[in-house]
Amino acid sequence: MSSPPTKKRLAVWKFASCDGCQLSLLDCEDELLAVGEAIDIVNFPEATRYFEPGPYDLSLVEGSVTTPHDAERIQQVRRESKFLVTIGACATAGGIQALRNFRDADVAEMASVVYASPEYVSTLETSTAISDHVAVDFELRGCPINKKQLLEVILAFLHRRKPTVSHHSVCVECKLRGNVCVMTAHGTPCLGPVTHAGCGAICPAYDRGCYGCFGPMETPNTASLARQWKALGASDDEVKRAYRSFNGYAEAFRTESEKHE
Amino acid sequence: MSEETSSPESSPPENTRRISVDYLARVEGEGAMHLFMKDGEVADVKLKIFEPPRFFEAFLRKRSFREAPDITARICGICPVAYQMSACHAMENAAGVQVTGQLRELRRLLYCGEWLESHGLHVFMLHAPDFLGYASGIEMARDHRDLVEMGLKLKKIGNDIGNVLGGREIHPVNVKVGGFYKVPYARDFQKLKEDLKWGADASEKTARWAAQLPFPDFEQDYEFVSLSHPDEYAMNEGRVVSNRGLDIDITDYETHFEEQHATYTNALHSVLKGHGPYFVGPLARFNLNFDRLTPRAQALARETGLDGTCLNPFKSIIVRAVEMLYACEEALRVLENYERPDKPAIEVDPAGHRGCGLTEAPRGSLYHRYEIGEDGLITSAKIVPPTSQNQKIIEDDLRKFAPQYVHLPDDKLQWHCEQAIRNYDPCISCATHFLKIERKELS
Repeated sequence: MSSPPTKKRLAVWKFASCDGCQLSLLDCEDELLAVGEAIDIVNFPEATRYFEPGPYDLSLVEGSVTTPHDAERIQQVRRESKFLVTIGACATAGGIQALRNFRDADVAEMASVVYASPEYVSTLETSTAISDHVAVDFELRGCPINKKQLLEVILAFLHRRKPTVSHHSVCVECKLRGNVCVMTAHGTPCLGPVTHAGCGAICPAYDRGCYGCFGPMETPNTASLARQWKALGASDDEVKRAYRSFNGYAEAFRTESEKHE
Repeated sequence: MSEETSSPESSPPENTRRISVDYLARVEGEGAMHLFMKDGEVADVKLKIFEPPRFFEAFLRKRSFREAPDITARICGICPVAYQMSACHAMENAAGVQVTGQLRELRRLLYCGEWLESHGLHVFMLHAPDFLGYASGIEMARDHRDLVEMGLKLKKIGNDIGNVLGGREIHPVNVKVGGFYKVPYARDFQKLKEDLKWGADASEKTARWAAQLPFPDFEQDYEFVSLSHPDEYAMNEGRVVSNRGLDIDITDYETHFEEQHATYTNALHSVLKGHGPYFVGPLARFNLNFDRLTPRAQALARETGLDGTCLNPFKSIIVRAVEMLYACEEALRVLENYERPDKPAIEVDPAGHRGCGLTEAPRGSLYHRYEIGEDGLITSAKIVPPTSQNQKIIEDDLRKFAPQYVHLPDDKLQWHCEQAIRNYDPCISCATHFLKIERKELS
C-alpha cells in the first residue's frame, strides 16, 4: 500500500480503568514500531511525553466514566475525535467498577469511609460506558481486549474499511480451537454460550469455564444458560455473581443477574 | 487535564513559583506533581493522584474467595500476576495450606514472566528515553532501532511465559487459589527455553548499555523494604525485612505498617511505624537480597558498578536489567527441572478465617489481607499496592533533587522531575484503587 500524503493522527485516552487495554498496544511487540510508522501517535500519555493538541483522526478510549470531571472530559474527547473507538469492558460496559451501580451496593456502608478528606474526592454514583455519554463509532470488547483485534481496528481504520471482528459466542471459538466442552464433558459451569467471541476461548482451553470477560454476545439466551448452571448445582448467588463481574452492567448480563438476587 | 485546580494546595503562597506536571506522561495511570518554590528553594512537593477511585476493597465483599485473584488482577493491567499471586497466597494463608513442589515452581515461572514484561516495558519504553532525551521508546527507535527491538523482544518473552502458562499476557486466566486450572506439558515450554537463553544474554547487554548512561549524582539514605527468603531471590514467600532491622512475618504486616491519608491525593501513603517513609521495588530487593541472585546476575551487577548496594534510584534502570537476567535464568531453571504435576491445584478452604499475602510485584511489595466468612464469601479486604508505599519517598526525592535544576526553564525542570518520579516505575492506577470513597447517601 502506498503511504497516504499525510499520516492519520492517533490519540489514546484513559478513564477509570486498569490501563491493561492501552497496554495491549504496547504489547504488540512485533508490530508496535510499524504501527508508529503507519500512524502518528500524537497523544498517548502512558507511552510518550510527546503531545499534540486535537483534532485527532482516531481516538482509542479506555475506561469508564466515574467522576463529574470525566463526564465533561469525554465530551471534549468526542469533539476532538473524528473516529472514536472504545477499547475494553470498562469503556464499553462500565467495567468491574460498575458493581457500584447495583441496588444491592451498600451505599450507607460505603459512605462510612476510612477516607479522611472526602471533599477532595469527587465521584459519581455510577460507573458508565462511554456510549452512555457520547456517540461511539466502534466498540472493542474484552477485559482485556485482544491485541490482534486492536491491530485489526487500527488497520481497518487506515484502510477505510469496517473492522473484521466476529460477533458469535465463545462456543464457536471452542469449536474452532478444538476444545472439549467443559460444561458437557466436565459439568463445569461456563458463560461461553452467551459471551461475545474475541478471546479465542482461552478459559475452556485451560479447563475452566468462561467467565464472560468479553461481555454478552448479540441476543444471548442468558435465562436458558442460568437454568443450565442451576442444573449443574450452581446457587442463585453464584449465577448472579457470574453475570455480575467485568461486564456486569452490560444490559443482558445485568438483567439476568437481577433475576437471581 | 487536572481536576485538582480547585484544591487549596493549588494556590501557592506569595513569591513562589509553581511547576505543575498535571499529567505525568509515561507512568501507568494518571498522576500530577506540584512543586512549590520559594526564594529559589523547594518549599514543598505534592504528588497528586487523580485516578478515579474504583472501590475494589468495597466490592470484593460478598464475592467468593475464589474470585479474588481474577477481580484484583483488574486493579492493574501492567502487573496482574502480582495481584493474583498476593490474593492466592492470602487465601492459602487463611486456609493454613501451602502450595509446594512443581506448582510453587510454576508460580515463580509466571512471576518471572511478569517481571520480564514489566521491566522490559519500563526500561526500554519508559525509562531509557528519559536518559537519552526522547519523548518515548517509539521515538527513540528512530535512532536506536536495534536497542528498542531488543527490548521489545525481551518484553515479549515475558509475555510469552504469561501466554503459555497463564493463557494470555494481560489478566491471565489460569491462576487459581491453590495452583492452576491446568498445568502445561513440558513440550509446551520448548520454544521458551531457547528464547530465555537469548533473553539472558540480551539482559546482560541491556545492563551494560544502561550502565554507561549519564546518571545524576543522587545517592540517598533510604530505608529499603522487601520480601526476603533464605534460599531464593524472594518473589512469593519469605519475611518482610528492611536494612534498618525490620524482620517480620507477613501476618504481622499491619502492626508495623500504617496507611496515612494525604488530603491532596486520592491515594493513601503507607509508612513504617516508628521509622517513616520507605522504599520498595527492584532497588530494595537488590540491596536486601543481593547474595541470593544467581552468580551470573551478581557478576553482572558488579561489572556494571553495583557491588551489592545501589542507593541511586536513577540507577534502578541497571538493577531492572539485572533482575531481568535473574528472571531469565530462574525461568530456565524451573523449565529445566519441570515435571508436570499430577494435579493442577491443591484444595484450599479458607472459610471462616483471615489470611495475608505479600508478594513482590515488579514495582515492589504488594500486600493483600482478607477475612472470609463461613460461606466462603469475603467479608473484608485490604490491599496495599507498591506505589502507595513509594509515594512519600518519591516526594522526598523531589524535594532534594529539584533544587539543582530550579535555574532551568520550566519545561526542562519538569522533565527532570518527571524522571525522578519514573525511577520508581509508579503504577498510579495501582495506588488509588483501594480507597473506600465517600458516596453520599441518596435522599
